[in-house]
Amino acid sequence: MHDLLIALQAFYEEYGVLLLEGIRDTLYMTLLSTFFGYIIGLPMGIVLTLTDKEGISPNRIIYTILDVIINITRSIPFLILLILLVPVTKALVGKSYGSTATIVPLTVAAAPLIARMVESSLKEVNKGVIEAATSMGASKFRIIINVLLGEAKTSLVVGTTIVLGTVLGYSAMAGVVGGGGLGDIAIRYGYYRFETGITLITVIFIVAIVQILQGLGMLVAKKSDHRRT
Amino acid sequence: MSYIEVKNLNKNFIAKNGSVEAIKDLNLSIEKRDIFGVIGLSGAGKSTFVRCLNLLEKPTSGEILIDGVDIQSLKGKDLRFKRQKIGMIFQNFNLLEQRSVLANVCFPMEIQHVPASERKEKALELLRRVGLEDKAKAYPSQLSGGQKQRVAIARVLASDPDIILCDEATSALDPQTTQTILALLKDIHDTSDITVVIITHEMKVISQICSKVAVLDKGVLKETGSVDEVFNNPTSAATKRLLLIKNTEEQSEEIEENAEKAGEEEEINA
Ligand SMILES: Nc1ncnc2c1ncn2[C@@H]1O[C@H](COP(=O)(O)OP(=O)(O)O)[C@@H](O)[C@H]1O
Ligand SMILES: [Mg+2]
Repeated sequence: MHDLLIALQAFYEEYGVLLLEGIRDTLYMTLLSTFFGYIIGLPMGIVLTLTDKEGISPNRIIYTILDVIINITRSIPFLILLILLVPVTKALVGKSYGSTATIVPLTVAAAPLIARMVESSLKEVNKGVIEAATSMGASKFRIIINVLLGEAKTSLVVGTTIVLGTVLGYSAMAGVVGGGGLGDIAIRYGYYRFETGITLITVIFIVAIVQILQGLGMLVAKKSDHRRT
Repeated sequence: MSYIEVKNLNKNFIAKNGSVEAIKDLNLSIEKRDIFGVIGLSGAGKSTFVRCLNLLEKPTSGEILIDGVDIQSLKGKDLRFKRQKIGMIFQNFNLLEQRSVLANVCFPMEIQHVPASERKEKALELLRRVGLEDKAKAYPSQLSGGQKQRVAIARVLASDPDIILCDEATSALDPQTTQTILALLKDIHDTSDITVVIITHEMKVISQICSKVAVLDKGVLKETGSVDEVFNNPTSAATKRLLLIKNTEEQSEEIEENAEKAGEEEEINA
């Protein structure tokens, strides 16, 4: 028993700070990239919904342009996107490695995913309710805010938890090219130094973070949903 | 000039298998404070007609004058402003599911930038009017169909409308609830200057509250006049058919009732 405690103590002294920093960097990348992703992806998703042929402002040209852009970005594997974006990242952040730099490709990967998530959430909103709002003389802006976003909020929150999980996964992949965070640690120690124990521990942490985010997201979604009693 | 004038209205839909003429050359006048019924079988074009009145559907051709204003000349803000005075009630209620009953009734007033304190007060008053003051904090999913329609009626009244359009407002409700909703609409009409247009496929709805009726069949207006006139002396085959359906329904209801009674008696005798 005593020996185990000593071993843990030694492990903590050697890797504790490293792991804590890894968790911090992972959360930093995931949350910020998702946030920036929404700044780009949310308006895109809204525009997709409005300009769809069943939407309230059908516009085939705008819809098709956005649709194609999203399909292209979504079909590029994340690691390749990351490498393709190195010049952009360097221009924006000044370097192409480390957690701050990784936010750039993560945001670019998250935005189209978010746009699709938002689009599918907003399209679930009952057409009749949109029509009722139109019949009341609501402006398009009000319909977007109060009807589309208001009625889809539960689905939007669920979408956000899915996005967070995906972005966290991408952030770990970025570890291959020194992207910072837990994935970076796993690769540096596990792959290059064969310290399987530390890799295992980072994996446990990654899974735990995903679980916590998922749990929180579902809790918020459930609390905000008034559609069922 | 009549309050609502529909002149040579046509509406075609482009569908996959060609074009559908939902409304064919329809001429109709509705007077202020009428409770005007439009009846016809499913697919007759009733919904299309009523949706043209607030431009939810854009007419293919023809003119719609409301209080002398050609509504198709209205754009943007002016159209929205006009729509605020034309309330609409739907078969599926179309309430905002994520908003409380009170917030649903407040919604049209938000659209019209009524101050928040005034909104709440008026919404509560309207909920009292429709007999749902105790449900203000409830959500639509917690209400029955009849209660949902009452909320929808309170919501429509929140705009102080000149016209209320009802598209099959009672078709999703059981007969008893239908009665109470129709009575509420009648009461609202009798205590205001509101013109009511009621779309239905049910004769009973027309005979219970409408003063005038128009019969629509395959997009064509077959006849129109006072309810008594049209129902007592039907001139079109379409009207006769609708009357026949009504009579058979009543008969079959009677037969069912008699059968039930007979069954009960048998049970008692046994
Ligand atoms: N958006 C639409 N696109 C194509 N056809 C439509 C559309 N809306 C209605 N129709 C057609 O127009 C006709 C009249 O429909 P509707 O006005 O809904 O009838 P009702 O309300 O009397 O049942 C029907 O044949 C229907 O299929
Ligand atoms: Mg209909």
